[in-house]
Amino acid sequence: MAARLLLRSAAVKAAVTDVHGSNAGVSFLRLSPSCSLRLKTQKRHAAHFTFYPDPVPTQYGPTTKMNLFQSITSALDNTMASDPTAVIFGEDVAFGGVFRCTVGLRDKYGKDRVFNTPLCEQGIVGFGIGVAVAGAKAIAEIQFADYIFPAFDQIVNEAAKYRYRSGNHYDCGNLTIRAPSGCVGHGSLYHSQSPEAFFAHCAGLRVVVPRGPIQAKGLLLSCIADENPCIFFEPKILYRAAVDQVPTDTYLLPLSQAEVVQEGSDLTMVAWGTQVHVLREVADMAQDKLGVSCEVIDLQTILPWDKETICKSVVKTGRLLISHEAPVTSGFAAEITTTVQEECFLNLEAPISRVCGYDTPFPHTLEPFYIPDKWKCFDAVKRMINY
Amino acid sequence: MAAVRNMQRLWGIGVSAIRQQAALKTSRVLQQRAFRLNGAQCQQSFDSSLEKPQFPGASAEFIDHLEFIQPNVISGIPVYRVMDRRGQIINPSEDPQLSKDTVLNFYQKMTLLNTMDRILYESQRQGRISFYMTNYGEEGTHIGSAAALDSTDLVFGQYREAGVLMYRGFPLDLFMAQCYGNADDLGKGRLMPVHYGSRDHYFVTISSPLATQLPQAAGAAYAIKRENSNRVVICYFGEGAASEGDAHAGFNFSATLECPIIFFCRNNGYAISTPTHEQYRGDGIAARGPGYGMLSIRVDGNDVFAVYNATKEARRRAVAENQPFLIEAMTYRIGHHSTSDDSSAYRSVDEVNYWDKQDHPISRLRHYMTARSWWGEDEERTWRKQSRKLVMEALEKAERRLKPKPELMFTDVYKDVTPDLEKQKDSMVRHLQQYKEHYPLDQHEQ
Repeated sequence: MAARLLLRSAAVKAAVTDVHGSNAGVSFLRLSPSCSLRLKTQKRHAAHFTFYPDPVPTQYGPTTKMNLFQSITSALDNTMASDPTAVIFGEDVAFGGVFRCTVGLRDKYGKDRVFNTPLCEQGIVGFGIGVAVAGAKAIAEIQFADYIFPAFDQIVNEAAKYRYRSGNHYDCGNLTIRAPSGCVGHGSLYHSQSPEAFFAHCAGLRVVVPRGPIQAKGLLLSCIADENPCIFFEPKILYRAAVDQVPTDTYLLPLSQAEVVQEGSDLTMVAWGTQVHVLREVADMAQDKLGVSCEVIDLQTILPWDKETICKSVVKTGRLLISHEAPVTSGFAAEITTTVQEECFLNLEAPISRVCGYDTPFPHTLEPFYIPDKWKCFDAVKRMINY
Repeated sequence: MAAVRNMQRLWGIGVSAIRQQAALKTSRVLQQRAFRLNGAQCQQSFDSSLEKPQFPGASAEFIDHLEFIQPNVISGIPVYRVMDRRGQIINPSEDPQLSKDTVLNFYQKMTLLNTMDRILYESQRQGRISFYMTNYGEEGTHIGSAAALDSTDLVFGQYREAGVLMYRGFPLDLFMAQCYGNADDLGKGRLMPVHYGSRDHYFVTISSPLATQLPQAAGAAYAIKRENSNRVVICYFGEGAASEGDAHAGFNFSATLECPIIFFCRNNGYAISTPTHEQYRGDGIAARGPGYGMLSIRVDGNDVFAVYNATKEARRRAVAENQPFLIEAMTYRIGHHSTSDDSSAYRSVDEVNYWDKQDHPISRLRHYMTARSWWGEDEERTWRKQSRKLVMEALEKAERRLKPKPELMFTDVYKDVTPDLEKQKDSMVRHLQQYKEHYPLDQHEQ
């Protein structure tokens, strides 16, 4: 119950955050009753990242300026238009969703295709599996990635193993689960988590995280088209903060393929989601302050992940830094580290560095100290270069 | 493109609404005063004795005295019966009037399942298969319900519903192939025995985690409703599984999303060793149905006609009205929970004997048939011999068959084998070449 109350307030706060990340703190101040007009000293910490927009894509037809939540809506819109079996469901998706990702879809496609479910995550995923087993496209929403755990059994024991255990006679490859994830500045324990590593240990799933509106739409459309059950984590802090020119038509970005977003020669940096933008800023800092050339890679798909692109880069640079918001112990960086150590042993010139969340729950007012921000990453780069 | 623009416009409206709200907050005190005033005025215009509750969460009257609702567990929902323990039809208007051939088919499918159970149970005791679960005492629930369905109605089961597959003509060879995990198994030898599944028979592959199939069945029923194909989904589960959170999810989703589904609960008194009084304190499972807004009935699970009638009517109405139905079939688990369980450790042999000898679905149907001279000792003897032969032949064939090639471990994890899994497969193959004497390669296809 408490979780639901908080959820509402967090959603509203996110809803009032301005489209431009830099103003987020200001608009929050204007509207929050608890600190209305009073104290400058309580002004919230500035955003921990700067969004690096992508160049305007030219190969997929006309584009429109969209933030991340609008690009999700656009992907869902394209899917609903092209596949009459597709249905979207979850908690509060009918009126547009607490993050506005499904705005307008119910009016456009009907209430039998975009509908609210009872408040029950294991039900949502189980229901979605059933829809997919019957051959229709199921797009389920879990309101926050933090609340995906009640559905862990349905995801891990059922969705992931459906095709395998039936000898390919039944499958739920038509299922896509979307969930907002990652830190949001004030989300505390249950509106901030990045649970991708829990699912990375589960063969049969795809786990995908986009870094911006262009990737969000292309990767989500690929997840929906993919014939395996997919979990799509949307970094909620980017919903409004990230704006790109996004193609309005359907386009697919390849799954299980990392993207080199900035080439470099001295050090490889790997991240996904919001953290890619943190590392891009770190790369600029490293260039300016240390004269170090960093290669920044967006992993994009956590499972099955693109070993080849990462290893190729590390063979070239000889150094690897991995950064994620989730806690360090058994976080996905551990998997990358081990693999790169196995594949690139002779090329490594420094120990692989992991800059991650601490092994604590995600705290509320202590968030600025918790997250693996640019200064923590920059310090790690410095130490690696001097190793 | 137009859609996107529309959405942006909608979003614009959303923002201005929020801003307005914020502006209103600054004059909150004023507002609150106004609200209180309004409230007082409203109160005056009502006679409180005529007042009706306006709460959005329920439609009900006020009452002026304190009274808790009592659960009715002493005299619970009655058990619907068509024939008595001697096979006599109790109320002729409820007699489904099935043809002789249909009834003989019921009987033969129930007894064939029983014969298969006995032989496979023994086969496990001899270590020839690793695990088995019998259906003793519950044959009537399977055959009666399966017969009331269309052959393309999708079935989600728990694990003690082999009779449904048997009724649909799943070959004995494939039952055996699954239990032996041999190369003929549709599931490629990956699941434990009795985890059957067949796309051709619209029977979704069984998995061990209990109750996970309930919300899945609801989802499938929703998709089928949208197809407009006049099909229904049936979902079987035990009374123990009904305690899982997924059961709650499945019931509630089916009702709120108006799914054409039949929930079929086999209440056989035990979940392994746990008796029902440690499983729940309400009036069984059927009593929960109305709480979800679901039409519900309790039937005698040892009466194949009662099961048939209830399922038939539930099917008809579920398809016509797009709403869920709950059938609780009361029965008794005569066999052990599984081959890994000795049920004498928690219940008396006398109790088991009562159900086996006095009230068994097979013997009850046989009484019915004998009374009509449709079946006699000779037919019984011949059929017993014949069914045993059929099962033994299938068993021997399954036993002789090699198991699947080890490489099949790596397919179907994903739709396509990933490069990583390809590598892991190659590494296993290399390993097996070097250490082959340490592995049972001779038992597997190459």
